[in-house]
Amino acid sequence: MSLLLFIEQTLNGLQFGVMLFLMAAGLTLVFGVMGLINLAHGSLYMVGAFAAAAVAAATGSFLLALVASFVCAAFAGILIEFFIIRRLYDRDHLDQVLATFALILIFSEGTRWVFGSFPLFLDTPEWLSGTVMLPFGIEYSLYRLAIILVGLIVAAGLFWMIARTRVGIRIRAGENDREMIAVLGVNISLLYTFVFALGAALAGLAGALIGAIQSVQVGMGEPVLILAFVVVVIGGIGSISGAFVGAILVGLTDTLGRTMLPVFFGLFLEPSAATSLGASLSSMSIYLLMIGVLLFRPKGLFGGA
Amino acid sequence: MTKPLLDVRGVSKSFGAVQASTDINLDLREGEIHALIGPNGAGKSTLIKQIAGGLRPDSGTVFFDGQDITGLSTAARARLGMGRTFQISSLAMDYSVLQNVVLGALGRRGDIFRFFRPVMKDADLLATANQALEMVGLEDVKNFMTSELSHGQRRQLEVAVALTLSPKVFLMDEPMAGLGADGSRRLMELLGEFKQMAPILLVEHDMDAVFALADRISVLVYGKIIASGSVDDIRGNPIVRSAYLGEEIDA
Amino acid sequence: MRKEPLLNMALLIALLAFPLWAWVADEPFLITLTTRAIIFAIAGVGLNFALGFGGLVSFGHAAFFGLGGYVMGVLAFHAQTYTPVLDWPFVINGTKSMPIVWMVAIVLSGALAVAIGALSLRTSGVYFIMITLAFAQMLYYFTISWSTYGGEDGLSIYVRNDFPGLNTMDPIQYYAICYVLLLIVLGLVYAISKSAFGLALGASRQNEDRIQAVGQGPFGLYLTAFAISGAITGLAGVLHADLNRFVSPTMFSWHTSGEIMIFVILGGVGRVFGPVAGAVLFIVLEHTLGGLSEFWHIYLGAMLLGVVLFARGGLIGLIAGREVAHD
Repeated sequence: MSLLLFIEQTLNGLQFGVMLFLMAAGLTLVFGVMGLINLAHGSLYMVGAFAAAAVAAATGSFLLALVASFVCAAFAGILIEFFIIRRLYDRDHLDQVLATFALILIFSEGTRWVFGSFPLFLDTPEWLSGTVMLPFGIEYSLYRLAIILVGLIVAAGLFWMIARTRVGIRIRAGENDREMIAVLGVNISLLYTFVFALGAALAGLAGALIGAIQSVQVGMGEPVLILAFVVVVIGGIGSISGAFVGAILVGLTDTLGRTMLPVFFGLFLEPSAATSLGASLSSMSIYLLMIGVLLFRPKGLFGGA
Repeated sequence: MTKPLLDVRGVSKSFGAVQASTDINLDLREGEIHALIGPNGAGKSTLIKQIAGGLRPDSGTVFFDGQDITGLSTAARARLGMGRTFQISSLAMDYSVLQNVVLGALGRRGDIFRFFRPVMKDADLLATANQALEMVGLEDVKNFMTSELSHGQRRQLEVAVALTLSPKVFLMDEPMAGLGADGSRRLMELLGEFKQMAPILLVEHDMDAVFALADRISVLVYGKIIASGSVDDIRGNPIVRSAYLGEEIDA
Repeated sequence: MRKEPLLNMALLIALLAFPLWAWVADEPFLITLTTRAIIFAIAGVGLNFALGFGGLVSFGHAAFFGLGGYVMGVLAFHAQTYTPVLDWPFVINGTKSMPIVWMVAIVLSGALAVAIGALSLRTSGVYFIMITLAFAQMLYYFTISWSTYGGEDGLSIYVRNDFPGLNTMDPIQYYAICYVLLLIVLGLVYAISKSAFGLALGASRQNEDRIQAVGQGPFGLYLTAFAISGAITGLAGVLHADLNRFVSPTMFSWHTSGEIMIFVILGGVGRVFGPVAGAVLFIVLEHTLGGLSEFWHIYLGAMLLGVVLFARGGLIGLIAGREVAHD
């Protein structure tokens, strides 16, 4: 396996990780601040992708499509937060799992009803297509590079918001002691809706960005959702840094595993067996990673406030 | 002098920079009520956890009935005969009063891993349970749901469950908390009756109860026992007055 | 007489009368539909034992459902291809005998549950939910890649397994087998719920300080409950695979875990017959609503949402009222 391929796959892993971070950030915030497990997060990812596909088809503008994904997902988030999610804050995890699972059903079938069962297409825009030359003579997809950049910018923005703004202070305080900040006069209701909508918007954006390189279809959010949860658990609930580190770890493990494990097995197994064994082991590897982390750090790498 | 049933020697515990318990020496003898008092934040809960289980001291030993129990689990200590009531009632709220007490009797007998006989028809367990309920005066409400009981009744129920263990000692963490005059009086009578059965280590804030019931008092302030002795000793002790009782009287 | 036992009896009678009527009316499809409900009910009874009685929110029970299914699939595959499952160190042949397959599935599912439980029960709360999910996911991806037994496409079994003295391909006879198994499982769970173990498990679920204060550590209780729970759900997996004569990795998916949870919640968590009511309700909905609209999952979702938000006791809770203390 060539060094070039390795570097390219590492970049892919980073890109995947950065997208996972967009998903995981929302999840970990919602869990950290409101104590809520939200399975419907994957549906918000899907909503963003569909919104982007629809707008792109209607206007031809990718940028508008991205904005649409952000806004629509945020709006969907506000809607479900207002009508359903806020009733779940005081409930136990089982209720939250079931209620948000119900939302998945509603979102998925609802989307299928509106858009049909066939995947939609979202194309990468002209000005982002093609490849770019990186050091070491590596040709890499411009679009994927752009995704990595966007992801890093969002991460920086989130870090800044949490650390430096008043909203950020309230979020951090809320993670530590929910009752206290309510008593101190912070409008909890608004804060919660904001956090939820922010998470939703980020998920929607991720959906749109990925939708351009994969396909936009019902159920696209679910594999990502599970991975995002794994990221949150590895990183530690409520921690943005944890989500970032966890996401990069998972992204790299998954991508590099997929390419390297079959190669590794190919050394002593026949090609088809090597590929399938490698593929399945790499999908398992993330869970093994999570289980491993939990057994040594039961609250995740950065968790346990 | 008989050997103490519970003997806490040199127990210390710190959490980072906070010294929660410093070189605590405490014992509990047959037939006595030994009260542990101290202002809020003195480290009483931390100490109780190190005695009853759940927290391991950094140094020091806890002896129970001659045995070193410092490393034992909470459940193991309960099995050895350490009866306990909790500061915040820890009862199975969805169960009836009788079920909670039968649970205690079952724990005492130890055969929990039986899967086929209906436990609430077990004559042996029912006898122990009913006896405990009678001792605390709750036999009339035995079929009520625990969630339906008043606060005072729940306190009594906790004592009843602790009784089914045939405990060798009682560890009671603020049993009077939240009780009105009536409830306090009833509980005080019970405690006075039970101390012969098993000595009581009583953590309490209610000074009237403490002075009325205690044979000995130890005062815990900032993780240290600053004084220990009879009721009169403590009442007259100037260090205690200024550290604790002085504030109480002014308040 | 209190309402809940009456309701339970009514359910059992309905599950007996309806397929008998369908048999007389020559509607084999409806018999099979009932059988499906019964199998789902068994899966739900298994999960409910851990979830409802033990308070263990397992989002990975598909692991046991799938394992049961694949036990059946693998053993039947080797039987129908006349190849041994294992050559070394000792020979294990395939089999299509139901009682044997059930035994193997129950034992292996129980063992898997002990393994998963031993690791997962070191965590709690959302971590427990995630770790149980992770184990099921691993099995899901593993079976997808295991091409010997079909991989992603799954495995078809030509004929239903055998049961001595019966023609198992006959819908009414297979239904009868499943119905009897449901009765046995329900009887078992009911007996345990009233036993010393049941009392202790419920106490631990409500308050772990309490169970420790009477001298019992929660871990042993939870692990035992989880093992029994896994074994029962594993049995359901065998029956499901046998009914459809097909196994696939989907049996391990988290959607399956979610569906089993739906049966339990719709019917009423913690009620012995809850999963029976829930499974019946699910099948009825699937059949009626599914006939009306291909998007019936929306209605299922809405109903589930409604139950979670407003009718916590599920169907049985709604009809029979608040749970009373057993005496």
